Amino acid sequence: MNLDQLQQKLLAAARARPPAGDVPLGFERRVLARLRSSPAADPWAWWVRGFWQAAASCAALSLLLGLWVLVAPTPGATAEPLDQQLENTVFAAVDEANESVW
Amino acid sequence: MLTGRGGERPVGNSALAGMSGFGNMPAMECSDAEIIAAVLQGDTARFEELVRKYSPRLFAMAHRYARRDSEVEDIVQEIWLKAFQKLADWRGDAPFEHWLMRLAVRTCYDALRVHQRNREATFSDLSDAESDWLERFAAAPETASEQAEAARQLVARLLEQLPPASRLVITMLEIEERSVKEIAALTGWSVSRVKVRAFRARAQMRRLLARMVREKYL
Repeated sequence: MNLDQLQQKLLAAARARPPAGDVPLGFERRVLARLRSSPAADPWAWWVRGFWQAAASCAALSLLLGLWVLVAPTPGATAEPLDQQLENTVFAAVDEANESVW
Repeated sequence: MLTGRGGERPVGNSALAGMSGFGNMPAMECSDAEIIAAVLQGDTARFEELVRKYSPRLFAMAHRYARRDSEVEDIVQEIWLKAFQKLADWRGDAPFEHWLMRLAVRTCYDALRVHQRNREATFSDLSDAESDWLERFAAAPETASEQAEAARQLVARLLEQLPPASRLVITMLEIEERSVKEIAALTGWSVSRVKVRAFRARAQMRRLLARMVREKYL
């Protein structure tokens, strides 16, 4: 079967009878009723929706990172308790200053 | 906002101005500008005049892209809702009809994309009339009438299975016989992009035809 010819024939068939532009009865009224019932377009709505979506994404990401920090084992973590680690951190600057004096 | 625009003669988009049925009398365009100015000033009821004037054209267009007759009215309503919401964007440098038709093409394209996943990918359920038409064509191509309803159903079936961009291009280029430049103006795509898409769409259509024939005769 000649596919080129078939394609041309079918396209010619589609061209042969263009669709009618019949408008259903009362269509204009329905469009206007829908326009009046729909809320007016708010130019800020798009931004507000965008910001809410961004805020939700950021909150979810923060939660995930927080969980990961709490749960995931730190590579090379010492066995020192938390209070000892805090003390080391606070006095690190002082210790470093002392070492540099000596 | 539109005051003083009524007397201006639209410069127009040259590609769209050449379309069949486009490039109407300036007096009509002035009247559109006046109606739009009134609507923008709060007289919403006057929008009905635009709806009455251009709906036949929009219905004819939507019929080409809707899957069912019941979908056509929804598509045209959507076009009018968008037109109303974006009415202030019409700058009056081209006829309102051109602006509306661009909006209509975009809305039809969106409708095609929404229903993209619902396309069926089989030709095994051809009706008797469609099968008969194909057999007549296979036996003697010149005897298969282009006026036959079966041929139109076959085209509709083929177009249904094309991706949205391909369907849009084939419809506008091959069925509505618009120029590449007009299609570019209506879709917002570049001329070269339209050409590439047209080439791809024809190839896809050819593959679909080959598959249809194969499924029918194997």
